[in-house]
Amino acid sequence: MAVTRRADGGFDWRLRTPRQSLAQWALWLGLVALTVWCWEVMTETTIWAFVSDAPRQAADIAGRAFPPRWSYMERLWGPLWDTLNIATLGTLLGVAIALPVAFLAARNTTPSALILRPAALFVIVASRSINSLIWALLLVSILGPGLLAGVIAIALRSIGFIGKLLYEAIEEIDARQVEAVQATGASGPQVLTYAVWPQIAPAFWGVSVFRWDINIRESAVLGLVGAGGLGLQLSGSLNTLAWPQVTMIIIVILAAVVASEWVSAKVRHAII
Amino acid sequence: MVKDPRWRWALAVGAAVYLALALGTLDVNWARVADGLERGARFIGGFLAPDFTTRWRDISQGLTESLTMTVTSTVAGVLISIPIGVGAARNLAPPAVYYVCRAIIALSRSLQEIIVAILLVAMFGFGPFAGFLTLTFATIGFLSKLLAEDIETIDEAQAEAIRATGASWLQLVTWGVMPQVMPRLVGLSLYRVDINFRESAVIGIVGAGGIGATLNTAIDRYEYDSAGAILLIIIGIVMAAEYASSHIRRWVQ
Amino acid sequence: MLSVENLVKTYRTGDKALNAVSFTAPKGQVVGLIGPSGAGKSTLIRCVNRLVEPTSGKVRLGDLDVTALPRGALRRARRRIGMIFQEYALIERLTVMENVLSGRLGYTSFWRSWLRRFPPADIENAFRLLDRVGLTEHADKRADALSGGQRQRVGIARALAQEPELLLVDEPTASLDPKTSRQIMRLIVEICDERGLPAIINIHDVALAQQFVARIIGLRAGAVVFDGPPDALDAAALTRIYGEEDWTAMRKAAEADREAERDEAERLAGLA
Repeated sequence: MAVTRRADGGFDWRLRTPRQSLAQWALWLGLVALTVWCWEVMTETTIWAFVSDAPRQAADIAGRAFPPRWSYMERLWGPLWDTLNIATLGTLLGVAIALPVAFLAARNTTPSALILRPAALFVIVASRSINSLIWALLLVSILGPGLLAGVIAIALRSIGFIGKLLYEAIEEIDARQVEAVQATGASGPQVLTYAVWPQIAPAFWGVSVFRWDINIRESAVLGLVGAGGLGLQLSGSLNTLAWPQVTMIIIVILAAVVASEWVSAKVRHAII
Repeated sequence: MVKDPRWRWALAVGAAVYLALALGTLDVNWARVADGLERGARFIGGFLAPDFTTRWRDISQGLTESLTMTVTSTVAGVLISIPIGVGAARNLAPPAVYYVCRAIIALSRSLQEIIVAILLVAMFGFGPFAGFLTLTFATIGFLSKLLAEDIETIDEAQAEAIRATGASWLQLVTWGVMPQVMPRLVGLSLYRVDINFRESAVIGIVGAGGIGATLNTAIDRYEYDSAGAILLIIIGIVMAAEYASSHIRRWVQ
Repeated sequence: MLSVENLVKTYRTGDKALNAVSFTAPKGQVVGLIGPSGAGKSTLIRCVNRLVEPTSGKVRLGDLDVTALPRGALRRARRRIGMIFQEYALIERLTVMENVLSGRLGYTSFWRSWLRRFPPADIENAFRLLDRVGLTEHADKRADALSGGQRQRVGIARALAQEPELLLVDEPTASLDPKTSRQIMRLIVEICDERGLPAIINIHDVALAQQFVARIIGLRAGAVVFDGPPDALDAAALTRIYGEEDWTAMRKAAEADREAERDEAERLAGLA
């Protein structure tokens, strides 16, 4: 920002000094250059013939995919139930692990700021960084295909999400309420249940239900790597190029996503 | 929360019955799990003693694809999200535009990245270009929705003051609205860089390029030490991105 | 000159905010608009520049019928009407200078305003205005770094940057302390005097209105129930506007306020 005095005594104004505006232009230029460079590197191996062929491909797939095969629905109820179970059990397991992790990670409740807190924070970051599909990929390879791998994959991904939001909620609690309960001579666990828990309970339930909603979305596709549920049918139908079935499955997934979003919004509304 | 004790009992019983049923469907093959424990131990070993070197060529190629996809798709996504976000804000856009933009957002948000990636790979062929399109599409749904919500909750008085000076619609947007939503937009875009990188590791599984493909191969070959190395790289980059974005955000405030 | 004829505003909810309001304000006259909250003061001044679309009736600025203008012409008409707001309504994250220059938006092309390349004449004028309201050295500060009184001065400078033929002022002192309120009112009235500007000032503080404006219009339930010089505003007139209340007590309190202000001024003079 710059106000300058001109020779004739009047004032001149520019939003930025020449140096600032130069720096700003350099920043933008750098960003553009980076993007262009990334684009060049990324598309090195792209076969443009395929790309220009895409509209025809899209029309072809759309032509095969419609109408959806409605009768396939009767074979989808089982996988839909599996998907629901993966999401729910995975969320429960995730919550059960995330709760203690959050208390270890929160600055004001951690028993050891030197060792346990960084460890808990690393667990949270590691869990958040890795998508449930990758966890599922690993777990299917370790435990074999099936719902169990899906449940654990969902749980592992949920720990970071719930843990992060929860420990932030714990760090924001009102310290005076904790002091008041401590002043009565309460023990550690009593302080947790009487002073800390009531303050974070709404956040806890809200976050858990929100994560359940996301988990429905994620568990619907876990089957692509063999972890059961609707994704398994999707993978099978894709492999056999049964496009009308693919359409049907996508419709069911969309319906499940919308329904779970609705449920979670209702429940969160009731809690808060 | 639930007042009536009868309801509370009914809910508790219902939950217990559901839990029993759900656990029943798990159908665990314990022999296979016992087998897996050894592999699990090897994976944890691989995670603790990662092997970066053996597959470094594959890893670096996957990483390059992932990072370039992340940058290009975030930039393209932000550029497209801004007009759609403005169009999806009830206080700025006429109803027809509003509904079109909201429909685009709903479509983008309700389809999982991985399904979009499958469809786009089928159309555009294997490789990072399909991945770029997938992530751009996902970014649009995410950013436009949050931007629109942000615009809908601005301080209307500031916008009114700009309108009262006789400003045009574009000036209203750039003077009355933009300064108010800019810090949040920058924050969300940086957050999206982070998400796009994480997602780029996933969509490779279905052939859309990136580190995910490398990871998939490593796991298929039971090379858990290479897989561990890849996972650690992903975690490291996500942490670095979060650290950098928190700094940039403070600077933009 | 501003003339308002039979202005009616009915909101979509069916609430009648204005009911056949008519008055004229000649050049240089400062009109105080008083009335209980919900009487339609704010709606009335917003109908003048059509931030609120009137249902029927006419607003004329000189020989221009503002109510009949299409969009483009309305924008050009708004340039001629400066507006000052209750909570300042500055663009908080922009600098003081940018806020003042935003008064020139209607005269500036989009690109020039985007790049902050306002014509030198506009910038010189903006400096003159900042000097007039006593904020020259704050030109480069962000608006949210200023105090309430300073922000309202920026608001005044912004309105004047439009080189208006009419000022609309909406509760200029609502969030200011009594002393700053008086300074701001004095500034507005002085400026209107210097420039021969007519102004309509919404104000809930009757004593303040009586002290500064030349003419008072009282609104009740969207209709004009008083129109005359401040001296004519007796207890009977106030009862017509606000309903039954102990008006002498209020007057005394206002008197005490003014005396306190005078005392302070004398004390300051004594110090200097």
